[in-house]
Amino acid sequence: MTSELDIFVGNTTLIDEDVYRLWLDGYSVTDAVALRVRSGILEQTGATAAVLQSDTMDHYRTFHMLERLLHAPPKLLHQLIFQIPPSRQALLIERYYAFDEAFVREVLGKKLSKGTKKDLDDISTKTGITLKSCRRQMESCSVAQAGVQWRDLSSLQPPPPGFRDYAAIVFFANNRFETGKKKLQYLSFGDFAFCAELMIQNWTLGAVDSQMDDMDMDLDKEFLQDLKELKVLVADKDLLDLHKSLVCTALRGKLGVFSEMEANFKNLSRGLVNVAAKLTHNKDVRDLFVDLVEKFVEPCRSDHWPLSDVRFFLNQYSASVHSLDGFRHQALWDRYMGTLRGCLLRLYHD
Amino acid sequence: MPGKLKVKIVAGRHLPVMDRASDLTDAFVEVKFGNTTFKTDVYLKSLNPQWNSEWFKFEVDDEDLQDEPLQITVLDHDTYSANDAIGKVYIDIDPLLYSEAATVISGWFPIYDTIHGIRGEINVVVKVDLFNDLNRFRQSSCGVKFFCTTSIPKCYRAVIIHGFVEELVVNEDPEYQWIDRIRTPRASNEARQRLISLMSGELQRKIGLKVLEMRGNAVVGYLQCFDLEGESGLVVRAIGTACTLDKLSSPAAFLPACNSPSKEMKEIPFNEDPNPNTHSSGPSTPLKNQTYSFSPSKSYSRQSSSSDTDLSLTPKTAPYPQGPRIYLCPSSPSLSCGSLHLKKSCLLLSESSLTPHHSSLVSPVLRKSVSFSEELFLAASGMGSGSAGKEGGPFKALLRQQTQSALEQREFPFFTLTAFPPGFLVHVGGVVSARSVKLLDRIHNPDEPETRDAWWAEIRQEIKSHAKALGCHAVVGYSESTSICEEVCILSASGTAAVLNPRFLQDGTVEGCLEQRLEENLPTRCGFCHIPYDELNMPFPAHLTYCYNCRKQKVPDVLFTTIDLPTDATVIGKGCLIQARLCRLKKKAQAEANATAISNLLPFMEYEVHTQLMNKLKLKGMNALFGLRIQITVGENMLMGLASATGVYLAALPTPGGIQIAGKTPNDGSYEQHISHMQKKINDTIAKNKELYEINPPEISEEIIGSPIPEPRQRSRLLRSQSESSDEVTELDLSHGKKDAFVLEIDDTDAMEDVHSLLTDVPPPSGFYSCNTEIMPGINNWTSEIQMFTSVRVIRLSSLNLTNQALNKNFNDLCENLLKSLYFKLRSMIPCCLCHVNFTVSLPEDELIQVTVTAVAITFDKNQALQTTKTPVEKSLQRASTDNEELLQFPLELCSDSLPSHPFPPAKAMTVEKASPVGDGNFRNRSAPPCANSTVGVVKMTPLSFIPGAKITKYLGIINMFFIRETTSLREEGGVSGFLHAFIAEVFAMVRAHVAALGGNAVVSYIMKQCVFMENPNKNQAQCLINVSGDAVVFVRESDLEVVSSQQPTTNCQSSCTEGEVTT
Repeated sequence: MTSELDIFVGNTTLIDEDVYRLWLDGYSVTDAVALRVRSGILEQTGATAAVLQSDTMDHYRTFHMLERLLHAPPKLLHQLIFQIPPSRQALLIERYYAFDEAFVREVLGKKLSKGTKKDLDDISTKTGITLKSCRRQMESCSVAQAGVQWRDLSSLQPPPPGFRDYAAIVFFANNRFETGKKKLQYLSFGDFAFCAELMIQNWTLGAVDSQMDDMDMDLDKEFLQDLKELKVLVADKDLLDLHKSLVCTALRGKLGVFSEMEANFKNLSRGLVNVAAKLTHNKDVRDLFVDLVEKFVEPCRSDHWPLSDVRFFLNQYSASVHSLDGFRHQALWDRYMGTLRGCLLRLYHD
Repeated sequence: MPGKLKVKIVAGRHLPVMDRASDLTDAFVEVKFGNTTFKTDVYLKSLNPQWNSEWFKFEVDDEDLQDEPLQITVLDHDTYSANDAIGKVYIDIDPLLYSEAATVISGWFPIYDTIHGIRGEINVVVKVDLFNDLNRFRQSSCGVKFFCTTSIPKCYRAVIIHGFVEELVVNEDPEYQWIDRIRTPRASNEARQRLISLMSGELQRKIGLKVLEMRGNAVVGYLQCFDLEGESGLVVRAIGTACTLDKLSSPAAFLPACNSPSKEMKEIPFNEDPNPNTHSSGPSTPLKNQTYSFSPSKSYSRQSSSSDTDLSLTPKTAPYPQGPRIYLCPSSPSLSCGSLHLKKSCLLLSESSLTPHHSSLVSPVLRKSVSFSEELFLAASGMGSGSAGKEGGPFKALLRQQTQSALEQREFPFFTLTAFPPGFLVHVGGVVSARSVKLLDRIHNPDEPETRDAWWAEIRQEIKSHAKALGCHAVVGYSESTSICEEVCILSASGTAAVLNPRFLQDGTVEGCLEQRLEENLPTRCGFCHIPYDELNMPFPAHLTYCYNCRKQKVPDVLFTTIDLPTDATVIGKGCLIQARLCRLKKKAQAEANATAISNLLPFMEYEVHTQLMNKLKLKGMNALFGLRIQITVGENMLMGLASATGVYLAALPTPGGIQIAGKTPNDGSYEQHISHMQKKINDTIAKNKELYEINPPEISEEIIGSPIPEPRQRSRLLRSQSESSDEVTELDLSHGKKDAFVLEIDDTDAMEDVHSLLTDVPPPSGFYSCNTEIMPGINNWTSEIQMFTSVRVIRLSSLNLTNQALNKNFNDLCENLLKSLYFKLRSMIPCCLCHVNFTVSLPEDELIQVTVTAVAITFDKNQALQTTKTPVEKSLQRASTDNEELLQFPLELCSDSLPSHPFPPAKAMTVEKASPVGDGNFRNRSAPPCANSTVGVVKMTPLSFIPGAKITKYLGIINMFFIRETTSLREEGGVSGFLHAFIAEVFAMVRAHVAALGGNAVVSYIMKQCVFMENPNKNQAQCLINVSGDAVVFVRESDLEVVSSQQPTTNCQSSCTEGEVTT
């Protein structure tokens, strides 16, 4: 006696949260059944393994059918095939678009397209996340990217709570920021997401013009061009010296690492300004984080700056520019440095 | 020219990509009705086209309006090649044809393609303007309402229940026409869908005409079925109960009217108060009686016809002891019985003399003579002998004849209803069923489907005569079914023989009124259990006792019925689902040999099924079955029998005896030990079940019971028929009631197997109950959460050395596992009850068994159940549907004095009764899902006739849909399970969409009548046909009812779909 066909269809689609999680995590039916058995469900309900198997298969089939709709959340809300209460729909979408930070950290800044999918295998082995789950998360990312590109942020209603994070993922993918270098490995997804949020808020076109909210995901090209103007801060020797003396005067006695700061000021300032000047080229934009770490984080770290000193320094460093009479790009400097300061503080850790 | 149909195509959404190059679609719509077609403009390059068409107007006969479906086809425009069809929507416009139902159909319909399934949705608005034409009812029957519900619909009142209507139409199956060889599967499927839609429209119209002829205005319990006879054609047949219904106008008026049927009780006799003329013509009625016209001639012709068809051969040697055939001489007990009877009839007479209709006693005497000659006929046709026995209970006979007059004018006094207005059901005799095996041949002239008609007429006659043998003049809870395998077809019909109160019947004459007075003096709460047949003349051996409730009348020790538990019945404890499952291997054979083999097997199967049912009932410690449905399915090499029923403990019936096991070889010590071990196990099970189902009948001391009735040892004189033409089992079950303790003899391994299988049935996990009736006896505090579901399982048997035992075990496991799966799946709803559990078995191929289950899970409130069961007496005596303090105390007054002290006990009992099985007071809205928040309106579906915690305020019309789905990429669609899962989900979606478009928010009395699944994995193909029906309704939550009296139907509130499409 073998079971050829075994289905259960409810007028209201039954969603078992536990099985959904197992499915999302990419377990096969057999593994899922084994995991459920281990959870002690058989003892609780008095069911048999066969019943559990059939139940799991059934849920998997339902999820498989739902997946097509989950790829386009608005479709799930309007479709007629599955009658699912709104709260459950929200749960389905929320869980479906949830991701593992470990996975996302791996793909951050990479193209969310097929090229990377070949690497999914490696990511899977590296992070211990099942390949299926990796694939799903990859697809979710592309869906999010597509959704953003279609300027249809509102269509992702109810917005997945992780939407901020998705914004970061898409922002990184769009700008192809390099995050995989060895020296960047110490940074978590959270660090990057924090930076992304700051940049989206300040450096994109949408940041200055709220009408252009569809441009949220691209850096303001004009702003990047203008950043070249900041070069004068390091190119003009007088300006650089004046800047240094202003900072040093203000910080004397307040900084534990004052001498190191004084010695390194020109290097650090050159580094920060040059990063800005380089942003005109796409290729250099990609290396933004590498540059920041190389030019600022690493030198400071090698001198054992405490975080509080870094904060003091960066605050004073940005503020002092306002007192430079010869410098006319105050607003530009604030837009640049305000964001960068936030990012650097976040990036500065071991 | 009495109708104008107007259709507007508004928009589409989520259309499939038809042009690979642009990833878009150039869609347009064809709207077809009859032979007229309109087209919309092509909406270029969009997956969400906005056609906003003009109103397409069709001017048509109302006959066409009834027959034809509106056909909407969505196509993709192609400049160079033929336009590609995206899919279709069939809309049945019948609901627009009667005034009280829907006025407009408007909403999003899934676009359905038989190969690809649902492909997007289309927004359509349909209206009908009916002109007031005086000749309107010539060909059409617009205005006759149809209900699938097998009880009087909740917001109506039955003025008259006319009776049985049936019709069938036949046609060639397009799948088997020559043209099918050259056309695409899609074209063939669509031809089939369209044809069936057309045929069911025609069928409904014809039935409507019959109803109008009977001066009714509605069909209740409408059941339409398809017989896919393959080569020989396609039969669409329907049965129903014609009624005259009165709409209870507003919900406000409806509440009190329904809640107090006592009002109805007073009204109805006046309403249809017999006019004086009928009184004088009363005696003449029986002379016109149709019984005469059919009795000798038709019956004989039937028997002769069966001899020339040679198909339905029943072995004359029935497998069970032929006890009833032995005529015993009346001995002393009969005398005492007779005297008892005399006493009783005196009592009744004295009561009746109080009534003003005393004089009309005259007419029954005349009737008597007629019925006497009828008995002569019975004797002559070999149905039995010794009509003299009738004299034993003259009064009972008299009673019966009076009601007969009302019914016998009809050819078939059948009712498809399973629940009745209070007082309608007087006595219940037992289950009557008839089966017949036929060989299918091509239907040569589809316009005159005489063969099929004759087949069914034959079976119905048989049912009627069985009912008569049980002393009943009517059959309630009547249904018909078929099972077809290749060219062999088993026709089955079953119902419950009953005596009805003629008040609700059309010709309620003066004699009926007399009877009415008499009947009203009977305590109705146990009245239906009282035997309708003559105890001296029992059609089968039964163990009779005085009713445990009223102590006046006799009751059998067990009662089997096909109806729902009457709302006023007193039950003890809870009920449970009881199933008997059976397989029998059969040699493969052709044509007549095959038919003979099948008809030889049938009686054995029926007998075993009944034995199993009886055993299981005893094991549960219960004494009555309701909603019994026995399905016999025929396959190539086996027969399957599946009986489902809900067991209950009726307070009026005696406590069932236990099960005794007897071995055949008493000398063997170890064997003895084994037997006693088994016996212990059985006794334990019974005790456990009694506890589980809370069966604690009150201890009644011997004094109250009085002396036990001397059992009439001379059993039946008038015997039930052992008819030649087909097989029947009418009362087999009852013959087991001979002994107090039921003895199971274990004489071989088979019997051992049987006992084991009895014990393998595991009870549902705690918190779960199940039944196959509308309501669960003993549970009355439903909460609002419901979940309707369909589950399908197919197993493949290993073909090697199959034995009956192995087969039985496989089948048993299949059903048990299925139930276990359901319990597991629905565990989040605990405490809950699976209601209306409906199993269907089919044998699609040699080694395949398919079981389809549809049921609804309803949650209930455990705490409130505890509140209502405070004292032990109250705990044990719960009424089936309502629990009222007053009523709970009623049984305490038990016997004799209750009658005189309550001149109108039924009326009193019913004043407090509630129409809905959900007690208003008990209802606590646990979680009403908010409909308003969701984008797609929630449509509930339930096989029950009600929605817990809600009032049905409007019936919008019948939903009757037929779908075919086919695939040539089975593996890609997830195999057979994936394919069928998706299809059933789609069917649900289409039903919901139609209901929502009618302005409704629920389907009640939903039933999946057919689910025919065929696969060919080698070719990567599968096909499935599904037929569903139900009543679209608008319901209002009881909690909302207090706030707003009128409900705005929830409609889909997505008027525009402006969000961008996200494609991946």
